[in-house]
Amino acid sequence: MGIASPRAGWWKEPIHKVELIWIIVAFLWGLGMFFMMIYWHGAGNQNLSNEAYRITPAAFAAKVDEMTEKYTVRQEGAFPVVRPPPGSDVYMMGRVYMWWPMLELVKGETYRLHLSSIDLQHGFSLQPVNINLQVHPGYEMVVTMTPNQLGQFGIVCNEYCGFGHHTMTGRIYVVDNK
Amino acid sequence: MTAASHFRTCPTTGLKIDRSAENLIKANAVVAVVFLLLGGLFGLSIALTRWPAVHLLPADWFYLALTAHGFDVLLAWIIFFEMAVLYFASAILLNSRIAAPRWGWAQFWLMLVGALMTNVAVLQGNSSVMFTSYPPLVAAPHFYLGLVLFAVGALIGCAVFFGTLVVARDEKTYQGSVPLVTFGAITAAIIAVFTLACGAIILIPTFLWSVGIISGVDPLMYKLVWWGMGHSSQQINVAAHVAVWYAIGAMVLGAKPISEKVSRMAFLMYILFLQLASAHHLLVEPGVSSSWKIFNTSYAMYLAVLGSMIHGMTVPGAIEAAQRAKGFNKGLFEWLRKAPWGNPAFAGMFLSLVMFGFLGGISGVVMGTEQINLIIHNTIYVPGHFHATVVAGTTLAFMAITYLLVPLIFRREVMFKKIAQWQPYVFGLGIAGISLFMMGAGTLGVPRRHWDITFADALSQFQFSPAAFLMLALNGLSAIVAAIGGAMYIVVVVCSVFLGRKIGDNEVVQLGPVSGAASAAAVARYGNEGTLKIPGTVVLVAVFFVSFVLYYFVNWKYLAEVWPLK
Repeated sequence: MGIASPRAGWWKEPIHKVELIWIIVAFLWGLGMFFMMIYWHGAGNQNLSNEAYRITPAAFAAKVDEMTEKYTVRQEGAFPVVRPPPGSDVYMMGRVYMWWPMLELVKGETYRLHLSSIDLQHGFSLQPVNINLQVHPGYEMVVTMTPNQLGQFGIVCNEYCGFGHHTMTGRIYVVDNK
Repeated sequence: MTAASHFRTCPTTGLKIDRSAENLIKANAVVAVVFLLLGGLFGLSIALTRWPAVHLLPADWFYLALTAHGFDVLLAWIIFFEMAVLYFASAILLNSRIAAPRWGWAQFWLMLVGALMTNVAVLQGNSSVMFTSYPPLVAAPHFYLGLVLFAVGALIGCAVFFGTLVVARDEKTYQGSVPLVTFGAITAAIIAVFTLACGAIILIPTFLWSVGIISGVDPLMYKLVWWGMGHSSQQINVAAHVAVWYAIGAMVLGAKPISEKVSRMAFLMYILFLQLASAHHLLVEPGVSSSWKIFNTSYAMYLAVLGSMIHGMTVPGAIEAAQRAKGFNKGLFEWLRKAPWGNPAFAGMFLSLVMFGFLGGISGVVMGTEQINLIIHNTIYVPGHFHATVVAGTTLAFMAITYLLVPLIFRREVMFKKIAQWQPYVFGLGIAGISLFMMGAGTLGVPRRHWDITFADALSQFQFSPAAFLMLALNGLSAIVAAIGGAMYIVVVVCSVFLGRKIGDNEVVQLGPVSGAASAAAVARYGNEGTLKIPGTVVLVAVFFVSFVLYYFVNWKYLAEVWPLK
């Protein structure tokens, strides 16, 4: 029994065939899942770049301001809506309690999205696409992103950041290139 | 050598029981149940707040309750109970005296003081930083200090456990190798040392930061080391509840591992690879490379998952073999149909096994895939997953073994037999609902740890689909069912322990359909190569495997549909 000491020589008992087959199947499945992740880095379209930098909150905020000043196309409530040129570096900043600024991107174009926070950790959750990234203060993450759907997308904060956490939102518009 | 009067002999199992070990087991188990009650009430209030139509708590209370819920059930309930399991698997199962019982009490009091201190900090309202307390969010200093004391206490408990193993070996209280259940507990304790050391290593500087002695804690470093505690401590649970599965199988049905070697090897894989799981929390983080993520998140090519998949066959296989040896040989599943489903220890154990594998195990591997994590990270899918592992898996298993500990260790008869009989089913149903509906809402993008997904007070609006709201409502209903199941457990256990009929010193307790002695004789005759047929288990495992593979690739399909990222 499992609660009693096993008989002497238990380590010499041969392994039952059913167990052996399952161990082999499970092991191979594990290898398959392992190599699937590597395979997707080559063949798949959804991967993270590993590109990241250390940055001070002030330096990141300055980059955001520079972009916002250059490319703001309209104001929406408290938010400027920024339409940076396709292929360019785009900045989004997390802070209590908003994703700043709003972006307007062109469908099918590729952007280098830089994400960081100027205060606490935040969760960048693009909805309803459902892309979720962790955003740290002091780290600037670069993701090359190609929006392939038209419309209005919400950004929700999904890392707890204080009592106003549930009010932290932002927006990305994806438009046709007219 | 301790005087003989410190021992009593258990009339049911024939084990020699050290009274100091017994007292420590009782104290830890009782406190564990109190924290389960406290944490469970917080949990219910959280689920009722997330149910949009009810929306019970105001925002600040919601975040406070969420912080307390995490600590009280994930750390306090489970680690106190694990201390009881460690003392049981060492001193009791090895017929030994416990090493250094005074240090055992130091474990108990340090953990209790630590747990209370952290609870006080949370209830004071200025430490609503979540159980994870990611900097730069800062809590009151005694929040961290309580956690550190708790971790140090648990480390002492592990030391007493290891000391007891040495004592038992020196004094030759058992012959040959330790029992499998003890082996599983050793696994849990080794992982616990790593885990608790990680906790102390990161929480001590965080404490110093909170009182202003050091200037800051790097948030990424914190996450890496903190999850060395946060996730690995869940692996203590896995090792402990798998050990509990084997223990219940053995005690109720006389089930013997199909092969000692295979089961022990599976435990060994936990020790070698489970600690890599910190990576599961860093898959969409800046500053960590993909190669690091892939190696660590897969526990070195899924070798720890392999361990769990092996237990997934050997535990039901052992039960099938034991049942077939008793003559339940008809067809594929007579052994399962005629299992003691009315025995709450068995029912709880089997439900724990099935739900841990199907709900918790599969979802965990899927969301721990580097790229798939992009569509799951920090959504409410994550708590959906870990309620299936920690609540359906660990908590249900611990509840199940309580029905054996009450007569064997507390020497009281279990009261309210009917309620006890239904308890695992009610609780299991509630937890299955909680897990499934949270995972469903998470698939729709609903964030975890979020007070209001209508975003009523937000500066820019976003509308989740009606299905997401429905999922959260069903989650709330399931939480009510689970709370009823939890209350049934607490009523039965508390009443039995304090008011139950005392079991006499020479009275034999019937734990299951077989007596201890009869099952010991039965198991001697099977279990070897060539004599064992477990076709029912093979079918169950095949169903599991097919579900696993399908669900895995369905999620790759979901991933392939989101915006291209590189």
